[in-house]
Amino acid sequence: MKNFLLITALVSINFIAFSQNRTLPKVDLKTLENTIINSSEFDNDGNPIVISFWATWCKPCIKELSTIAEVYEDWQDETDVKIIAISIDDARNMSKVKPKVNSEMWEYEVYCDPNGDFKRAMGVGGVPHTFLLNSKKEIVWQHTGYKDGDEYELYEQIEALSK
Amino acid sequence: MKKLNLLLLTLLPFVVFGQEKSPGTIQGDFNFNAQTYTEDPSINASKVDEFMLMNGYANILFNKGNFTAGIRYESYLNALQDFDSRFNGNGIPYRFAQYNVYGLDITVGNFYEQFGNGLVFRSYEEKSLGIDNAMDGVRLKYTPAKGLSLKGFVAKQRLFWEQGPGIIRGIDGELNVNDALSFDNSKTNAIVGGSFVSRFQEDNNPVYNLPENVAAYALRTTVNRGKFSFNSEYAYKFNDPAGGVTYNNYAPGNALMANLTYSERGLGIILEAHRVDNMDYRSKRGGTGKELTLNFVPAISKQHVYTLAAFYPFATQPLGELGFQGQVNYTFKKKSPLGGKYGTQLGLNYSRINGLNGGSSVLTETESHTPMFFSVIGEELYFRDFNFDIKKKISKKVKVMANYLNIIYNKDVIQGKNYGKDIHARIGIIDVNYKIKPKHTVRTEFQYLSIDDSKEYDYDQGDWVMGLVEYTFSPHWFFAFIDQYNGGYTDHDGVSHEAVHYLNISCGYSKGTNRFELGYGKKREGVFCVGGVCKNVPSSNGFTLSITSSF
Repeated sequence: MKNFLLITALVSINFIAFSQNRTLPKVDLKTLENTIINSSEFDNDGNPIVISFWATWCKPCIKELSTIAEVYEDWQDETDVKIIAISIDDARNMSKVKPKVNSEMWEYEVYCDPNGDFKRAMGVGGVPHTFLLNSKKEIVWQHTGYKDGDEYELYEQIEALSK
Repeated sequence: MKKLNLLLLTLLPFVVFGQEKSPGTIQGDFNFNAQTYTEDPSINASKVDEFMLMNGYANILFNKGNFTAGIRYESYLNALQDFDSRFNGNGIPYRFAQYNVYGLDITVGNFYEQFGNGLVFRSYEEKSLGIDNAMDGVRLKYTPAKGLSLKGFVAKQRLFWEQGPGIIRGIDGELNVNDALSFDNSKTNAIVGGSFVSRFQEDNNPVYNLPENVAAYALRTTVNRGKFSFNSEYAYKFNDPAGGVTYNNYAPGNALMANLTYSERGLGIILEAHRVDNMDYRSKRGGTGKELTLNFVPAISKQHVYTLAAFYPFATQPLGELGFQGQVNYTFKKKSPLGGKYGTQLGLNYSRINGLNGGSSVLTETESHTPMFFSVIGEELYFRDFNFDIKKKISKKVKVMANYLNIIYNKDVIQGKNYGKDIHARIGIIDVNYKIKPKHTVRTEFQYLSIDDSKEYDYDQGDWVMGLVEYTFSPHWFFAFIDQYNGGYTDHDGVSHEAVHYLNISCGYSKGTNRFELGYGKKREGVFCVGGVCKNVPSSNGFTLSITSSF
């Protein structure tokens, strides 16, 4: 029994000692042109990446992305951050994503996850859900829901990374 | 020797996961919903014997390099009132292992998948609706050449804690023409795809010789050129025996959908149409409700989110319908006459859905016919919705949204009632967002639903009014107060309902990825939809607690 415990502990230490931040899962998504792109292709030359899950029918999501859109240029100037917006709209609303993004004049990279594969792989239960990735594309911070003013906290986290 | 064992075990993680330095990562998410039920005759709410009901689940995923494995533990003790009681119980209905090597992706166990738009195959989950038609079997994905991707599977489908009787086989291929031919600089980009799905279910019918293999196929294309994008898919289903008891009608089914979008900075336009005829496809002959659905026909109407706007939601009639939708979104630029200081956003949407000429291919369990391909005038109207919304930022502190909807709703068809008349509702909504100071915001909603009380239309439940006040304090707190009021009406069984307030208060606390929400009050009976699929929610009175978390 003693041995068993010891062994278990030692084996676990191996995992714990080397446990690290989550990286991005490799999942196929759709571009706004309906072509396939893999999440492993997400890149920002070693600068921070924000991944934000949203949907055309999700009011707080639109609010969050519209609010950030107003300051996105400043954020990019200061931190070189890139925002990738992942729409979880299904086949009913997927065709509305591109017109929505354009009419809102969002400058984000936008991809579609119509059957929730990326959503599941990232452990997203509901939208909005926002992730922050560091230079190694490891997930260092995440947040669910959106309330007015939440963008300040996100920006503080981005700033901390880009220093 | 013992020492050697110890050493080996200690090194095991390195050996097993030797290719990369990291030992892999573990992640998870958790969701818990509980509600108490108190008897309340004023809203026809009943209590439950258990006093409290709950739904909960947790996903755990292990990932290392190209390998992923995961499980989901689910618990329904017992399932919330608006969920099927066949969920009651505990267990691990979802587990899988997946790895990817040289472009070949292998999944064994449970998986979700969608071919094209889902017209012949979509396995998905929508927990809030109690939908989880996960597959259990083997799935392969492969990219043999640039621009070409293939998928195939053999599996059975989840039915609560069991599996449906059918064995499902499917293949799908998609070709990105430009990638395949290396036309990188072409202005036009085209994608074509096709899928084939087949169900095997043993024929144990003593009377009829039923087809044991029932197949469906679909062809699709996307063409992008400049600011235009065109998408279309056609699906066909062979000899699927229809009807609950006799299985005597083998009429084929088909569906066609197409949409054209145009968009540029500040402007988005969508035109959409679809025609569906006898396209209910399941992994079990004669399945009903939401069980064992194999395909998904997306609804062709706008998905409304405000409470009263979503009061009369449309759900696709897979047996047969013809629908159209158009939408325009436009942003008046900043500093233009209509844009003002911050710009103004305008959205217009119209959708109309009617029945097929003479009904769908399956008329009854024994009779079939071929409906006209295109017929609008004189056909039974299922749903019509004209709506527009205006969003405007008035000042640094105030944002306003106004929304108007004019809906005709055929409750007989959509909800299987027998009213004899359509419902005509006009709904107005004002949403004001006021930022008191950074991180402190008050939001109010005022909504009014006015029912057409002329003889031509059904009075249903009469007028509704709703008010909401919400206070949020970023990043942790929110408080909300909602009142929905109905002035009273007499229902179709002659029972009179008194005027009633549906009061509800809730507050929530969130930190990082943990979120707690506690609510108390009355919930209105109604139809709750996500993505055009709906469920009925009974009226209830009690406390609700919701906790979500992820790591």
